[in-house]
Amino acid sequence: MSLNKLVNMQESLSHATTLEELQRAAETIRDDYNVDHVVYHWVNSVGERFGCGTYTSEWVDRYLEKDYLYIDPVILGCFHRFDPVNWKQLDWSSKGAREMLRDACDYGVGPQGFTIPVRGPKGQYALFTLADSRSDDEWETFIEEKKKDMILVSHTFNQKALELEERVFQLEAAQLSKRERSTLTLLAKGKNRAQAAQELEISENTLRVYVESARHKLGALNTTHAVARALAAGQIVV
Amino acid sequence: MLRFLYANDLDQFPILADTMFKHRAIQFRDRLGWDVSVDDNGHERDEYDDINPLYVIWENADGTHGGSMRFLPTTGDTMINDHFAHVIEGTDIRSPLIWECTRFCLAPDADRRVTAGLVLGAAELMKHFEIMQFVGVFDPRMERIYSLLGVCPEVIGRVGEGDDEIGVGLWGFDETARPKVQSRAKLSEEEANTWFRQSFNLPLISAVEEKTMSLSA
Repeated sequence: MSLNKLVNMQESLSHATTLEELQRAAETIRDDYNVDHVVYHWVNSVGERFGCGTYTSEWVDRYLEKDYLYIDPVILGCFHRFDPVNWKQLDWSSKGAREMLRDACDYGVGPQGFTIPVRGPKGQYALFTLADSRSDDEWETFIEEKKKDMILVSHTFNQKALELEERVFQLEAAQLSKRERSTLTLLAKGKNRAQAAQELEISENTLRVYVESARHKLGALNTTHAVARALAAGQIVV
Repeated sequence: MLRFLYANDLDQFPILADTMFKHRAIQFRDRLGWDVSVDDNGHERDEYDDINPLYVIWENADGTHGGSMRFLPTTGDTMINDHFAHVIEGTDIRSPLIWECTRFCLAPDADRRVTAGLVLGAAELMKHFEIMQFVGVFDPRMERIYSLLGVCPEVIGRVGEGDDEIGVGLWGFDETARPKVQSRAKLSEEEANTWFRQSFNLPLISAVEEKTMSLSA
């Protein structure tokens, strides 16, 4: 996916106010990244689950009917960690798990998968998963190339899901700290990183951290996008 | 050797875990005089040990703890966002590309190579998990130790004075310092990478492939 497309996707996602829009975003990612499936699955602070994604309803029904939730290595293996996981790293040694994977493949899911566990505030967590049928080598290459994009996108999904749960849409309210605002303001004025860092009497590394922290809060994809969103939201004035 | 372990895997390494939490009590309560809680087992633990953090641990040949660091993603609950936001003017640092590193601890008799080894462990995390920087809590002694290892901590806020001073700071591994840190740790990048791969159940890159890669590089 080109950077522009990803920015557009991120932008439309950040305006989403319904689960259907999250669903459409999952479909867009599936098509643009050319993978079989994209699924977002979350558990909120009181243990309720919901999700969206491109698995067929046949597979979802089958999964529920067979109680795969209790043996699924992706669920068992990923909900407690926070590093991105190639499904190959998980424990598929049990008979039940192997049968489940065979079954999944019959329904067009797998055998490859990549799951990004996401942690939100107050114990909230979620899984963002891509599933595909490429070869092992192709899948590894795909992960290496797309890992960072997918990490960023997974967190945008999660921020949106948190908003959906709270029914509060915080586009305008994502509060930037004083330091984040000064950093973005200088960048908006056309200063480069070195100049901005010098003016704020901090190192460029620290400046990058403020930019990154602001980017995440604004649901932006990169620095330019973050500056644009901060301006649009009236958080900085140039 | 280095081990990368989530809290829920620690029960597979009882000696390592027991000595790690005991050494934390020695370092943070006894030596630094921090107001930390130590349980009946002599273990220093806090609420962040209960939310399944990732530990990078140096394991001695006898299975005991040589040194460790504790990591959490800043998008979830972290010590700094919960307790130190005031130190950095209310900037809560949250990003999937920034992880928190706390409870950097050395065994009382730690070998000189341990700190450098742990820094190489943190470098593996950065490389594999797209981490841009770590945010951590520093006492002045740690700042000095880190500076010696080319990780250039940058303190962005401080509380307390003198020996009680605590800084909240950012750090990352500077690849240009790698040769120096590796020689101090008496470790190669391949060894650190192999331990990383073993811990995360990733396929090992065979020695042959490694050689070809370095030849072609």
